[in-house]
Amino acid sequence: MTDTIKSRITAIIAEQAMLEPDQVTDDATPEDLGIDSLGLVESIFALEEEFDITIPFNANEPEKSEFDITNMGTIIAAVERLVAQKAA
Amino acid sequence: MSPKKSGKKAARNEGAAESTAASGSASAAPEIVKPLAGESYKGLRRVVITGAGTINALGHDVDTTLGAFREGRCGITQLSFRDVERLSIQIGAQVHDWRPEDYFNRQQILLYDKFTQFTLLAAKQAVAQSGLSFVGALGLRSGVILGTAGGGLNTWDENYRAVYEEGKNRVHPFVVPKLMNNAAASHVSMEFGLRGPAFTVATACSSSNHAMGLAFQMVRSGAAQVMLTGGSEAMLCFGGVKAWEGLRVMSKDACRPFSANRNGMVQGEGAGVFVFEDYESARARGAEILAEVVGFAMSSDAQDIVMPSAQGAERAITAAIADAGLNPEQVGYINAHGTGTAANDKTECAAVAHAFGHHADSLMISSTKSMHGHLIGGTGAVELLACIMALRDGVIAPTIGYQEPDPECGLDVVPNEARDAKVDAVLSNAFAFGGLNAVIALQRV
Repeated sequence: MTDTIKSRITAIIAEQAMLEPDQVTDDATPEDLGIDSLGLVESIFALEEEFDITIPFNANEPEKSEFDITNMGTIIAAVERLVAQKAA
Repeated sequence: MSPKKSGKKAARNEGAAESTAASGSASAAPEIVKPLAGESYKGLRRVVITGAGTINALGHDVDTTLGAFREGRCGITQLSFRDVERLSIQIGAQVHDWRPEDYFNRQQILLYDKFTQFTLLAAKQAVAQSGLSFVGALGLRSGVILGTAGGGLNTWDENYRAVYEEGKNRVHPFVVPKLMNNAAASHVSMEFGLRGPAFTVATACSSSNHAMGLAFQMVRSGAAQVMLTGGSEAMLCFGGVKAWEGLRVMSKDACRPFSANRNGMVQGEGAGVFVFEDYESARARGAEILAEVVGFAMSSDAQDIVMPSAQGAERAITAAIADAGLNPEQVGYINAHGTGTAANDKTECAAVAHAFGHHADSLMISSTKSMHGHLIGGTGAVELLACIMALRDGVIAPTIGYQEPDPECGLDVVPNEARDAKVDAVLSNAFAFGGLNAVIALQRV
């Protein structure tokens, strides 16, 4: 299941970044992928829609948000956690 | 394609590559259009403000609003309207104790969206203060230019709900004349018999400043003798706030402009309307002059649909000072755009610091949005009241909610408490989504 979630997240981010999914590596930051602040908000919205979750994120203080956007790895982990919480 | 050039940002800016490449860092000198040496504005008319009116979260008139500015009172509270429980943002600067039936009859209420109601109330106050009557020839030489971003947004919201959610197949016949963005300007022109130029400007958060700037230019050029101007917004309804939530730039607890712990903007609602009048005729009839409008400038960032540019802001500031024929050192106070977002406040401070150089450390700059919220298209109009208070009363409205200094906003932001200070000239900044900047300069008469 985890792999499925990861691949779905990667597909969403890849589409946003206009890259192939295999180019979206775990250590890539949003900046590396060419995703600016508006693109990030758009990506978060797409993830919320895909998984029917609510992602806590305020663009004014991304570092304080519970949702860690450091890189793809942290984003995937955070989404997996929210999906698990929703299932629980 | 390298990763840096991929993504939606690159896609959005396709075709703008040259201008992006040409724009330098924030410290690069902007191009400024200055008057030619020896050029003056002799022959152009002087423009003064002879009436002011408002309704906003701080009060239903100018005196109450200025009282709140002096006290540093906050108008932001828990929002109250239908379906508010489905919003993740639950605070706003809502007009309190609003009973339209106190001001309008039943037929008028059917025809006026809330943004028009707010406008008419403010306009009546302004015209009453000016003492003007537009009967006869003056009406032909007078007009109205107003700003709004959302127009009759409550009307859209209520009627979409009726047809989509409630499944109704019929709406009230006045839906279109209520919701159109020019409804308020048209009703003001009808109310007072203003038969000259009348229209509405919609430039998001700069709407009111653009409107007032154009009204100023019309009186200055002689195209009109008197202009009613300002703006209005009534976006605090479920759809209006839900749309803003999407951008994730809203604060859930408070508007704290320039404070290091700021976490976003807070929406407000209301209106501000002013009477701009030819100075000679105002003097001739012995009108009380609140302030003189001396300069206006606008610029476009031509860069990004939401992220502001310090250079674009600086160009508007510098050009407004030049248009006013002021030296930068004469500007004692700036009413900031100061939204309380991470992006605006540091960009605005950089623009002011660069535009004024050493003088930036001597001037005061405050954001009254901390009290009345962000009235979007109406915000510049309510904020002009703080500029008038500074010039006329010698009181600088504070930035309330200020808790932690931010090195990127290292100016005198008049934290938390109003200050007595004599200033001779002031600016009011507005920097809109879409990169549209509009700055007005006022001076004491």
